[in-house]
Amino acid sequence: MKLLTHNMLTSHVQGVIKGYPLIIKATEVKVNELEFSAPFVSRMIPKLEWSALIQAAEWLGQSQDLPSTLIPDYEKDEEFLRKVHRILLEVEVVEGCLQCPESGREFPISKGVPNMLLIEDE
Amino acid sequence: MYIWPYTVSAVVCHVCKCVLVLYLQFYNEQEAKKYSQNSRMIEIQTQMSERAVELLSLPEDQPCYLLDVGCGSGLSGDYLSEAGHYWVGVDISTAMLDVALQRDVEGDLLLGDMGEGLPFRPGMFDGCISISALQWLCNADKKTHSPPKRLYRFFSTLYSSLARGARAVFQIYPENSEQLELITAQAMKAGFTGGMVVDYPNSSKAKKFFLCLFAGVSGVLPKGLCSESTDRGVSNQAQFTAQRSRFKNMKGKSVKKSKDWIMEKKERRRRQGKDVRADTKYTARHRKPRF
Repeated sequence: MKLLTHNMLTSHVQGVIKGYPLIIKATEVKVNELEFSAPFVSRMIPKLEWSALIQAAEWLGQSQDLPSTLIPDYEKDEEFLRKVHRILLEVEVVEGCLQCPESGREFPISKGVPNMLLIEDE
Repeated sequence: MYIWPYTVSAVVCHVCKCVLVLYLQFYNEQEAKKYSQNSRMIEIQTQMSERAVELLSLPEDQPCYLLDVGCGSGLSGDYLSEAGHYWVGVDISTAMLDVALQRDVEGDLLLGDMGEGLPFRPGMFDGCISISALQWLCNADKKTHSPPKRLYRFFSTLYSSLARGARAVFQIYPENSEQLELITAQAMKAGFTGGMVVDYPNSSKAKKFFLCLFAGVSGVLPKGLCSESTDRGVSNQAQFTAQRSRFKNMKGKSVKKSKDWIMEKKERRRRQGKDVRADTKYTARHRKPRF
């Protein structure tokens, strides 16, 4: 699971109001290499919940001098875009789980695939 | 559990021990592999993915963030990656997702049941495609939540997950018109507009159905493909909007006692020369039971 996806995921259990952001408890993390695309990264940045991204990066120990608030004029700053690209698309959680901040319900992650299947009562 | 000739996959969705079990039965480890290695299957899926992306009408030369519902072993996802897009795939079968992982797909995969709703924040995706997956939501046995409820939960969460102006294109094989009506009714209820695009409507072999849904902005429905020599009499589009229509029953007659029925009956009696009260704003108005 990449952090870009994590930034989009919420708990869809019925009755949960604030199921975002899901707390990452990772036991295995991997860093891949992916081709950098500046237009994609700069388009995705406004969609991101920046504080959730920084928090997720900290949980994985990958915060590496990313600013805690978004800098203005980030489109021109290629170094910044590369850092964001790395944290969004190259860092991957392979094993672990995602925990709902409201209910504490856990969604396990196995082989990089989070299991979002609900049980009977949800 | 062994049911000849399939082995039921260990992952069974607890809410729907139904046709989803059938899907998991079909696509256990062996079947999933066979499905993904069959070159004819790959060709068809790739072609349908290509057409679906075409119908998405994404801005040119721009990498987009897309959702692939029922991504299976990633055959459609591969096409998305090749087109330069980033995608997230959702599927209910671990066997199929395992094959996708083995094939090293670029998109991020999620194990989930679309009928339970999509677990995303609002307005995230630039578009959504789904190849040969939506029909699995339509069948269910009595033990489960009803198909309309599941369809609605899926469409409403999809509507919110899409950015304004985004589209969702579903390639489906509709079993009958009831199934089609069920799907479109729930999609409209969730707020979508759009319609059905039919490619090659006159060829039983090449005929393909694409349900195109627009989130937020009403778009122009793309034209379906047709071969050169066909008779243009067959329309290959069906547009639906949020407009309400008066319902007629199967025989084309109005529902009994409805306003339409009453107005028609009054007309009939006028034509017969009988004495009929003039129509006013109170005509055919609903009265309380004790009237």
